[in-house]
Amino acid sequence: MNSSMEHEADDPHIVGYGTFIKVWLALVGLTALLVGLSVAGSPNLALVGLLVITPTKASLVFFYFMHLKYESAALKYMVAIAIAVLVIFVGLTFTDYLFR
Amino acid sequence: MSASVENHDAGPPAAEQPAGQHSAGEHRDYIGAKLGMWIFIFTELILFGGLFVAYGMYRSMHPHEFHHAAGELNVVLGVINTLVLLTSSLTMVLSIVAIRLKRKTQSMIFLASTMVLGCVFLVNKFFEWKAKIHHGLYPGSEHLMARPPGERLFFGLYYGMTGLHGLHVTVGLVVMAIMLVLLRRDKIRHDDFIKLENAGLYWHLVDVIWIFLLPLFYLAA
Repeated sequence: MNSSMEHEADDPHIVGYGTFIKVWLALVGLTALLVGLSVAGSPNLALVGLLVITPTKASLVFFYFMHLKYESAALKYMVAIAIAVLVIFVGLTFTDYLFR
Repeated sequence: MSASVENHDAGPPAAEQPAGQHSAGEHRDYIGAKLGMWIFIFTELILFGGLFVAYGMYRSMHPHEFHHAAGELNVVLGVINTLVLLTSSLTMVLSIVAIRLKRKTQSMIFLASTMVLGCVFLVNKFFEWKAKIHHGLYPGSEHLMARPPGERLFFGLYYGMTGLHGLHVTVGLVVMAIMLVLLRRDKIRHDDFIKLENAGLYWHLVDVIWIFLLPLFYLAA
């Protein structure tokens, strides 16, 4: 029993330091890109930065740092539903404002 | 044994074991604890989501005034604070990896580093706000009330949203101090680390919110 518990303690699914350091480097790189695009002065580029790079950064944090990638399907669906509710809530408010 | 069960689930070994195998009568519900934390995170997403909607609406009503007001924020401080928070998220997650690998001291060092970075963030925030207030830019100030409505809204949202975020950072620091004590007293161990993991989830959420605040306020000019 003891030996099997020892074995379980060395869970093969512990993600090592390396993965998280790579994710951190990606986040820093994306931040540099975001700042670069907004400094470049074009409003369209800055908008692309806001609408594409920012959600990408948030997804990296959710999937890796918050461990979502390794969670059960049920938890993933719950998070997806919560974010969908937020998107519907934001989307409806904006359509109401833009087309009234 | 239950190793095959764990293969498709990253939960810790303790979660799969019947209660009492480690210490008599102790019940652990790893999945329940984590689920509870996620539900709390959803409420936080909706809370900040509402504020982001308010920002979006007012910005579409006053695009030029928002643009002009955002130009007065310190981009360098905003970017530095982003890097500080991103790095603190890394040390937080490394602290959890370390305790799972039974490296207690390393875990405590990573957690303490996270706290130091959280403090650095707040100190930067303090100097940023201090400079703004020194220039007469704070809600209700004479200087600000003399400016166009859009700029007043921008600074109201700026103080409201970064202030609420700063409050979350402060709460996170208190939570991490408690975690540090629990780690030291072996209440958080390689086979029982859900408290540290939930504290981590909260801290990463604080990081995610800042990821959105950076482009909306500091890079909006």
